[in-house]
Amino acid sequence: MSNLKTSHPVIQVSGIRKTYGRTVAVDEVSFEVNDGEIFGLIGPNGAGKTTTMECVEGIRKPDRGTISVLGLDPFRQVYKLQERIGVQLQQAQLQKRIKVWEAVDLWASLYRKKSVDGERLLEQLGLIDKRDAWFMNLSGGQKQRLFIALALINDPEVVFLDELTTGLDPQARRAIWELVRGIRERGKTVFLTTHLMEEAERLCDRVAIIEHGRIIDIDTPQRLVARHCPERTVVLDTDDASAEERFRAIPRVESVVRSDLQFTIRGQGDDLVTEVIHCLSENRIRVTDFRMIVPSLEDVFLKLTGHSIRD
Amino acid sequence: MMMRGLWKLTWIEIKVFMREPLGAFGTIGFPVLVFLVVGRAASRNVAAPSLAASTFLRVGLPVLASLLIAVSAVLSLVTIISIYREGGILKRLRATPLRPQTILSAQVIVKLMLTAATLGFMVLAGKRYYPVNMHVPLFGFTIALLISTLSILSIGFLIASIVPTARFAQPIGAAILYPMIAVSGLFVPVNAMPPVLHALARVLPMTYAVSLMEGIWRGDSWRPHMGDVAALALVFFVCTALSAKVFRWE
Repeated sequence: MSNLKTSHPVIQVSGIRKTYGRTVAVDEVSFEVNDGEIFGLIGPNGAGKTTTMECVEGIRKPDRGTISVLGLDPFRQVYKLQERIGVQLQQAQLQKRIKVWEAVDLWASLYRKKSVDGERLLEQLGLIDKRDAWFMNLSGGQKQRLFIALALINDPEVVFLDELTTGLDPQARRAIWELVRGIRERGKTVFLTTHLMEEAERLCDRVAIIEHGRIIDIDTPQRLVARHCPERTVVLDTDDASAEERFRAIPRVESVVRSDLQFTIRGQGDDLVTEVIHCLSENRIRVTDFRMIVPSLEDVFLKLTGHSIRD
Repeated sequence: MMMRGLWKLTWIEIKVFMREPLGAFGTIGFPVLVFLVVGRAASRNVAAPSLAASTFLRVGLPVLASLLIAVSAVLSLVTIISIYREGGILKRLRATPLRPQTILSAQVIVKLMLTAATLGFMVLAGKRYYPVNMHVPLFGFTIALLISTLSILSIGFLIASIVPTARFAQPIGAAILYPMIAVSGLFVPVNAMPPVLHALARVLPMTYAVSLMEGIWRGDSWRPHMGDVAALALVFFVCTALSAKVFRWE
């Protein structure tokens, strides 16, 4: 999953703070995004994801702290920066009656350097049949694909995607994930925000969890899970009379709950599953069902914040 | 280049505007229609035209129609800016190397072109159906109209900067701009107005636009109207500076 190359940071954010009136949107936020990775800023709506991202893009000026993107100051050198980045904004619209090819053509003309072939881009994003359609007549997924096309038109080094799949159906969402992985394959760095834990888990090399404008933790999804939610659960069915006793003897097991033929075995650490399997084979315990429950980012979030991301 | 993308954006804005179901008719058709209907009614009803009536017919009406052109262009600008802001289009455009002044310039150019085109249609329509004495300096008048439009556009920008939502943009703009026409000296000479209205007329740009356009239409030289031009320019610079301060992109 993680194909981190020589990890030198292309984005460095250090201690930024942004307030709107008396509301503190972002406070003491620091992180780095490495070259060639997909980095996700995850958290519930209103956590400060978009504000953070827009500061990095140079659209907003933080009250405090420093940001460097590709060695540039995003606010002071915004036009220089915008030549080298691609941006998809949350809930952006285009002119209702602009045609798909016109938008691509306009965007291509805005950059100093030669843009990529717009027609090929539309083809790759599955929009070539829609090139003459008005923006207002596109589906949600098509609009998002067009915004991805516009974000890629200048062959950017860093691509910013803000809540890219919000409001899309699962099928369109999966298609978009595939496209985002494709962006990484081309050697670009992707910085995205999402409030969908599944999206972060499937897509991101590293994630930063943000809540109430502060970053709680940063790491790969696997390491976050291992660190904050080490508990593992194995659920199995067996009619072996000696099973319960044997399970309790496994070193890492903390609890065994039996209900009829079903056993729920809880313990700590990645090795629990191996230990259980070992115990089963050593004692020739016949099982008719076996599954394990591994915590996800969702559980990490719940643990770190005390509430579900959807609350 | 600072204005990179300006012409492409302008061209796209023109195309997008022409695709609006009521865009072209509302902005181009309406003033021409007013011109034709009022002109026909007036020229038919006034059998033996009084001096005042014929003056209005010959000078006032073309200027009124031209002002309507300018105002409908401005209203359409106010509406578009607020719709673009509400829909996040302005923000999306700003997240490219496009400069803010390029985005706004494109809108202004579209509106000025529209104004010139509408004037053209009006002249054509007038030639055909309406016996206006056509010995007028059309080129000079077009310039006068464009200067007036630019000045009124800057008021439009100020309105667009302040109105909270797209829904209110058009009505608020209309409520501000149309009364200005009423006290512009087009129907009642400014000097014949009661003191309060007189003072009001003196500070409103529409008055200077009317004075300029009436004069040029009548065949005056530009020299006596430099005061009008200066007043319109002042309005333009003040409003532009103010809207630059208070303009919201989102």
